[in-house]
Amino acid sequence: MIEVQNLSRYYGEHRAVDDVSFTIDSNSIVGFLGLNGAGKTTTLKVIAGLLPPSAGTVTIDGVDMASAPESFRKRIGFLPESPPLYTEMTVREFLVYVGQLRGMSKSDLATRLPDVMKRCQLAGREDWVIDTLSHGYRKRVGIAQAIIHKPRLVILDEPISGLDPVQIVEMRKVIRGLASESTVLVSSHILSEIGATCDRVLVLQKGKLRFIGTEADLTERRHGAIRMGLTVRGTEDAVRAVLTAQNATVRSLTIAEGVVEAEVDLPTDSREAMVAALVGAGLGVRRVEDALDELEETFMDLTRGGDADGGAS
Amino acid sequence: MNVVLLLAKRELATYLNTWWGWVITTVILLLDGIFFNVFGLTEKATYSAEVLEQFFFWTSGLIIIAGLLLTMRLIAEERQTGTLVLLESAPISEAQIVVGKFLGAWGFLLMLLACTIYMPLFIMVNGKIAVSQLAVGYLGVALAGAASVAVGTFASAIARNQLLSIVLSALMMLFLVISWFLARLTDGGISDFLAYIAVWDRHFQPFMRGRLNTENLVYFGSVVFAFLMLATRTLQARRWK
Repeated sequence: MIEVQNLSRYYGEHRAVDDVSFTIDSNSIVGFLGLNGAGKTTTLKVIAGLLPPSAGTVTIDGVDMASAPESFRKRIGFLPESPPLYTEMTVREFLVYVGQLRGMSKSDLATRLPDVMKRCQLAGREDWVIDTLSHGYRKRVGIAQAIIHKPRLVILDEPISGLDPVQIVEMRKVIRGLASESTVLVSSHILSEIGATCDRVLVLQKGKLRFIGTEADLTERRHGAIRMGLTVRGTEDAVRAVLTAQNATVRSLTIAEGVVEAEVDLPTDSREAMVAALVGAGLGVRRVEDALDELEETFMDLTRGGDADGGAS
Repeated sequence: MNVVLLLAKRELATYLNTWWGWVITTVILLLDGIFFNVFGLTEKATYSAEVLEQFFFWTSGLIIIAGLLLTMRLIAEERQTGTLVLLESAPISEAQIVVGKFLGAWGFLLMLLACTIYMPLFIMVNGKIAVSQLAVGYLGVALAGAASVAVGTFASAIARNQLLSIVLSALMMLFLVISWFLARLTDGGISDFLAYIAVWDRHFQPFMRGRLNTENLVYFGSVVFAFLMLATRTLQARRWK
């Protein structure tokens, strides 16, 4: 089990990570979500033991980062956004070297290497010079170096960045496969990626943890509301009358030159009825924007510090 | 395998497998051969011991320069390419990283130095030299190289890139070399200190004449230890910054 307690990290006066606490069960895949600059990479580097926390503790199976740093680092595998690779080496040479750096014997490596190659879908590329590999394969070699020593926690910072759609699908499979032997912490600023790969989601905003839970928990926070955007030619009163009749909650409404721009929440999915009511009232419907994906919208609210309840649950 | 030796082996392999190590080796050996031919094998009658002294004079300077050039990439390059994280996230100490890298670079430098042996052998064929002068002279050049590699390792630890690393290490080494001259311009304790730290004038010259004494051995050991410790502290400070 990974326990993070009251973790904070300052850069001078700037608080990059602000009193973050959470626990992660073994062998689960947890998505670390936040917009660029939310503090994801800093948090991950602190958890990986690469940066010291300004306050707080991190333990893996009871091993504390501060009191037993080398033992702690043995339990961590870390892949930064840009894979750290010695590109002049072959894949095998590189992984053997990294394994030995992390205290593995040659016999351990001989046993472990085929399994890692299989997990990272690198079979057949063992003797390729890393410099000749594509970006997708380099990412896989990056993951392979992170798991070569069978760590308890694997931290992957933006593992899908820069990958093409086919490589993304393959990477998802690789990441899901890691959970059979390790706990996996994956960061991304793309919600759909986290949703497709992870069991739980942690949402970070301006260094604060705003949400912990499953994708279903995140959806529930929307209370079933459906959001839609409208551009309608008519008077404000006439538009408001229709919206009220449809039980819509107006989030924003502006009028310019006889055209109303509105964003509304509907308690149920009554978008077709709404359009019919507007047309029936003699209003000129110029634009109907479909509701944003609920999960995406909730994420946006959380990361912008909007109407979500706030505070980690 | 011991992690220090593992790191040293990796550094040594990097020099052997990339063009950088071979370019430095080629240029240094070429220059050393030219200097030996021009300044050592002169027309005028000279004792073989003096020719050997001349050889160590030029070789020591070139080995010091080679040490600085070899070490400019040691840590700065890892920082530039982002691979330093592999070492920082491994369960090893900063001291192990620094010592491993130092040994790898120094090991390559010693291999380069070994390639110069044909020149003293050439003197032996045509004259007579004491084996003790040869051995002590080579020990001195090896120690001067170790000092240079230690200075370069420290510069590489503090510099953001390789260019800055070579500039810093060259300045530090230059200071250690010309401090005998600076000692003449000052007086009192500062002058004594500057005279003492003069790496080449005070501490290397006895080696090339075949004179071995403890003070000089302690001096080179201290320089290596001090700069490697500074490099270790720099890596620790960067981790905890």
